[in-house]
Amino acid sequence: MPEPYDDGAIAGTGAGGAMDLATSEATTLEQQPSAASGGRAPGGPLGTGPSEKPRSLWSDAWRDLRRNPVFIISGLVILFLVVISLWPSLIADGNPLQCDLAKAQEGSQPGHPFGYNGQGCDVYTRTVYGARTSVTVGVCTTVGVALFGSFVGGLAGFFGGGWDALLSRVTDIFFGIPVVLGGLVFLSVVTSATVWPVIGFMILLGWPQIARIARGSVITAKQNDYVQAARALGASNSRMLLRHIAPNAVAPVIVVATIALGTYIALEATLSYLGVGLKPPTVSWGIDISAASQYIRNAPHMLLWPAGALAITVLAFIMLGDAVRDALDPKLR
Amino acid sequence: MAEPKKSDETVDATPNVTEIVQQDASTTSEVEAILDTRVDRGEPILQVRNLVKHFPLTSGILVKKQVGAVKAVDGISFDLYQGETLGIVGESGCGKSTVAKLLMTLEKATAGEVFYKGQDITKLSGRALKAVRRNIQMVFQDPYTSLNPRMTVGDIIGEPFDIHPEVAPKGDRRRKVQELLDVVGLNPEYINRYPHQFSGGQRQRIGIARGLALNPEIIICDEPVSALDVSVQAQVINLMDKLQGEFNLSYIFIAHDLSIVRHISDRVGVMYLGKMAEIGTDEQIYEHPTHPYTQALLSAVPVPDPEAREHRERIILSGDIPSPANPPSGCRFRTRCWKVQDRCSTEVPLLAIPERFQGLDSPVAHESACHFAEEKDVVGAA
Repeated sequence: MPEPYDDGAIAGTGAGGAMDLATSEATTLEQQPSAASGGRAPGGPLGTGPSEKPRSLWSDAWRDLRRNPVFIISGLVILFLVVISLWPSLIADGNPLQCDLAKAQEGSQPGHPFGYNGQGCDVYTRTVYGARTSVTVGVCTTVGVALFGSFVGGLAGFFGGGWDALLSRVTDIFFGIPVVLGGLVFLSVVTSATVWPVIGFMILLGWPQIARIARGSVITAKQNDYVQAARALGASNSRMLLRHIAPNAVAPVIVVATIALGTYIALEATLSYLGVGLKPPTVSWGIDISAASQYIRNAPHMLLWPAGALAITVLAFIMLGDAVRDALDPKLR
Repeated sequence: MAEPKKSDETVDATPNVTEIVQQDASTTSEVEAILDTRVDRGEPILQVRNLVKHFPLTSGILVKKQVGAVKAVDGISFDLYQGETLGIVGESGCGKSTVAKLLMTLEKATAGEVFYKGQDITKLSGRALKAVRRNIQMVFQDPYTSLNPRMTVGDIIGEPFDIHPEVAPKGDRRRKVQELLDVVGLNPEYINRYPHQFSGGQRQRIGIARGLALNPEIIICDEPVSALDVSVQAQVINLMDKLQGEFNLSYIFIAHDLSIVRHISDRVGVMYLGKMAEIGTDEQIYEHPTHPYTQALLSAVPVPDPEAREHRERIILSGDIPSPANPPSGCRFRTRCWKVQDRCSTEVPLLAIPERFQGLDSPVAHESACHFAEEKDVVGAA
């Protein structure tokens, strides 16, 4: 049995680190005549010096993300959106519900940079206040859909057989419900003026999409030899699912979910337009966009500001999803 | 407790072993006690008896009806002795890999038993099975799919310790992983790298390190080098040879490359269509094959000497390997055998020392499942 590498272990600092480097280079020369084809030399482009702490997928992903400009920009935009959703009065001191019909459809003017909408309300204030609804609806729906969809799809894919047949048929049934008709039926009986019935409805109709993707990628991942290897080691089902299958199956779910996030915000607008989604006095981009769409020729500013905010929000989430997916794939490093 | 006695005749060993199993295994702790017993070198550590795996073929969309079965493994028996390497060869689709999966209990056997130290592991589950898995490990064929791309090498080799925490205390694990990397000839500083940063040979070393982590007694190697370059194959094979001596391992080495199997194996079994055709020491199989299938296989091995090549007989088999869903009656090899007679289609040849060779003190006297077993010099070495 060769000497254990005590000195090369765990996190050494200062002089210890330098010594480790020397040791590692000596071992490279001694033991690795064939290494040239594969791994790079220690301290190579990856900066994997010796004497580092043990690293995991998630800590590496986080290290990667912090250096990614796409992540930083989209992260800042989302952070900004979250902050103004929580405290809109930070940047808008008006009241979104205080309107003056005499100023209806007026354009930009000092103190009111975005102009007024059809009801004479300040578009800037309403756009800022609308972020809360749209972000809440988008994020909550996406999180709910992703969690529930991956749960159902993951179980169906992992256990297969009868479970798969049962869960897949249930998924198909929900997939078959038409969104608009379903919205008219379900939401017309709801009297609550909050965003929750809308979120609940969109989760109800949105999860099958994620469930199908999750099922497919779990089936692909579970056929890999490393899952068999884990089973051969005596790993439990939950360990195989969480440590081996989920990290390798989660990427498509993240991508589809972030793209869907924009659709959910737009769907909320559609439902609001049909009169079954959010109802005034709730302030939402969707309500404002649908109200302004009839006046696009006379007063485009009423449409463009909330629509622009919506577009930037959706883009930020999609870019974030993309960056996260790349960071979770070590092969792209 | 008494171990089942070493026996050349598989039929005799079976009742003996069954008896032992019935006495034991009532509780998990008893199973674990059995697993801790030591087996001396030369004693059977793994006994496979009439192992069968049929994959059902179904038809129908809503109501599934079984219409047949792929007989991937159809009654295989062999022993693995402590400290030896048993090679299993055969062409693609003959059931080699299914045997490996059955021995690892990754697949559930349709019938038959696998006795590990007298304990039938095909019937185990839960904690008892987990305990057995500590002692029987596997090295996979494809080093590109057998390592999780999202785990570092340290996590991959350390995972056995997470699953079996009793093997290594938590603070000790990193050092153990580095030791293992060193044992398989990798730089211990590579601990934080990902599998895709390694070459195929290095990845296979990582797979071997993972297999060694729990200090098992048996390692099942399912074509461990067939995905590697020839030069790297030799390195990995030599590493495995070295580790066998160092850790007193028993190998089951599954491959389709006859020369590699000969290099590493003490005994060799030849499989054809889910059955064992012939089994014996490497000298018996390679120098004195008596089963026509083995002879045909060996005649296909390239001979590096052009002089000798001219003299040797090349046996060309006609036809394809029959479907394992509908194997030929009687002898499975009869559809491609040049010695075929009526008897072959009615009577299944048993894997035993052929009658005419019984009692002979010669290398031809080894188990061969052929009615007309006879020696034939195919290698042309003589």
